[in-house]
Amino acid sequence: MKNNKTSKLIRLFTTFFKIGAFTFGGGYAMIPLIQTEAVEKNKWISDDDILEIIAIAESTPGPIAINSATFVGYKTAGFWGAFCATFGVVLPSFVIISLIARLLNEFQDITIVKYAFNGIRAGVLALVIKALWTMYKKTPKGILSYMISLGAFIFAAFSNINVLLIIIVCAAVGLVSSYIAERRNKV
Amino acid sequence: MIYLKLFLTFFKIGAFTFGGGYAMLPLIQAEVIANNWVAHEEFVNFIAVSESTPGPFAINMATYVGTELGGLFGAMCATLGVVLPSFIIILAVAKFYEKFKNSKIVKGCMSGLKPAVIGLIGAAAVSIAKTVFFPEGISFDVTPQFYVSLAIFAVMLVLALKKVHPIIIICISAAVGILAGYLL
Repeated sequence: MKNNKTSKLIRLFTTFFKIGAFTFGGGYAMIPLIQTEAVEKNKWISDDDILEIIAIAESTPGPIAINSATFVGYKTAGFWGAFCATFGVVLPSFVIISLIARLLNEFQDITIVKYAFNGIRAGVLALVIKALWTMYKKTPKGILSYMISLGAFIFAAFSNINVLLIIIVCAAVGLVSSYIAERRNKV
Repeated sequence: MIYLKLFLTFFKIGAFTFGGGYAMLPLIQAEVIANNWVAHEEFVNFIAVSESTPGPFAINMATYVGTELGGLFGAMCATLGVVLPSFIIILAVAKFYEKFKNSKIVKGCMSGLKPAVIGLIGAAAVSIAKTVFFPEGISFDVTPQFYVSLAIFAVMLVLALKKVHPIIIICISAAVGILAGYLL
């Protein structure tokens, strides 16, 4: 029904506008917001889906925030869903920076802003850790999974190796090990 | 013409950056400097503002550079440029993924990618934690700010686990941050 589809698109736009307006400190901060809004509130996708979406968002070029928004939008309502979600998530940034932040050249030095951000950063950390925990519960278990997670973590956190390389290696390891497991089962 | 240049430059940046957060920063810096668009000190300011405004860092940077160089339309070109590769590629991948997600190859790759994501987000959390707890570098000198950050983090984590809405958590965090700033 046309009405239903249109209202879904509008909802995608407003939801991602909200998400974009409250994402502070990089794309990863968006994940907890997507979880709450897209999974829990609107039930557009499931928790399992989120892990897959983030995996693909990491493996494709572009900001992870945009990739995630576009993917969720597409899954929910096809091309126009992707368009509304992406447009929505970008708009707050665009409006605030092009119209406001430029006028305040030392915006980030304004005392009240500084103090607010000291708090926000701590809050974002808590949200990211919570998101991490939720996703951890959905990952395949087993010694290999743990090792892949650990390896990815160590290289991403403590080395300068390009994320793309880490992703390719992990995907390859996953692929090879699944083939090995399958052969073992056949024997 | 600056508008076309902005669009193409940010399209290139969007098409060649992988990973989240600040992964785009080196590329943006290289391009901005190569084109002589922004002086280094000013660029540092751009970064600070982009970190202090809502929205993904990459979008903020693109919009900021675009506005500086070409006003509102410049901002549109730069932002459109950085978003377009994502949009196109994800649409293609999403279509493909829906079709093939139960194939052995895709499932195999996913079995490696999913744990990898956990590791990568963990790494992102570590880098955020550094800015939260050790903004001046890691040392044993703890300032009152450290304890405030720790307190906010702990309380917000509890709230988050109790499914309080992230937006509420962010608003409370901001309010407490302001309060702590003025009281301490």
